[in-house]
Amino acid sequence: MDSIVRHGRTVEEAVASAARELGVDASRLEVEVLDEGSRGFLGVLGQRESRVRVTVNPGKEARVEAVVGEILAHVNPDAEFSVDSDEQFISVRIEGDNLGLIIGRRGETLNALQYLVNVLCGRGTEDRRSVIIDAGDFRSRREEDLVGLARRMAERSIKSGRQVRLDPMPPHERKIAHLALHDDERVQTHSEGEDPARFVVIAPRE
Amino acid sequence: MAVTDLVTYLARSLVDEPEAVEVREVAGEKTAIIEVSVASDDVGKVIGRRGRIVQAIRTVAKAAAAREGRRVQVEIVE
Repeated sequence: MDSIVRHGRTVEEAVASAARELGVDASRLEVEVLDEGSRGFLGVLGQRESRVRVTVNPGKEARVEAVVGEILAHVNPDAEFSVDSDEQFISVRIEGDNLGLIIGRRGETLNALQYLVNVLCGRGTEDRRSVIIDAGDFRSRREEDLVGLARRMAERSIKSGRQVRLDPMPPHERKIAHLALHDDERVQTHSEGEDPARFVVIAPRE
Repeated sequence: MAVTDLVTYLARSLVDEPEAVEVREVAGEKTAIIEVSVASDDVGKVIGRRGRIVQAIRTVAKAAAAREGRRVQVEIVE
C-alpha cells in the first residue's frame, strides 16, 4: 500500500497537506507521527517541523473482501463471491456449487462466518456499517421460512391463549420474526435470554 | 492442513500479538483436536463475550474439516 511522508508546522497541517496531495479526505488516512515537531524556544531556537507518514485506508470493503477470500479459500475454494455496499451495509454474496457446507444447518455456518467477518473487519475502523453475508438465495429463503413460522406460531398462541417460544436465533433473524408480527394486533412479541441463546416469545395480547 | 491453516489465520487476525499464536493438531481416533495457544492478554480476544468468538471459529473450522471428511474440535489452551 502506498504511503507518503509530509512535513508541516503542526501534525494537523502535515496531515492536511498529505490529504491534499493524495486527493482524499483526511479521515481516510492512517497517520503515523514520525516527529511531533517542536515550537522551539521563543519561536526561534530548536524549532522543528512535524513529520508524518500517512497511508490511504482502502476502506472496509477491501478488508471484507480480503478476509472473506481467505476464509472461503479453506472452506469452499471453488465458490465465488462479490462485495457490494451502500450507506448502511456491506453485502457479500457467495455463489457456486455445493454451498451447503458454507451455509450449514439452518445457516449456522453462514452466521458464524458473518459474525467472524464483522469482528475481524470492525476493529481499527470508524466505519460502523455491518457486513451481511449470503450464499445462493439462502437468506431470502430463510426469511420466507421465518415469516411463515412466526405467523403459524402466532395462530397457535392465539388459539391456546399461551405464549409460544421460538428456537434461539441470531439478532437479524429475530428481527425478521418481530417484524412479521408487528402489524398483527392480536399478539405481541419480545425476546428473552442472552445471545447466542436469545429467542423470540410470541404472546397473545390481553 | 487446511483446517489448521484456517484456525491459525483466524486466531492471528483476532489477537494483538499474532507472533505468539501457536496452533497444533493432535490426532484422535475419530476427532482431531486443534489446540490454539495465544498470549495471555489475548485469550479474551479469541474467546469473546460468552464464548461467542471461539464458538464461531469452531463452527467454521467444522465446515472446513467436513470438506476433507474429517471431524475437528478447536480448544483454546492456556
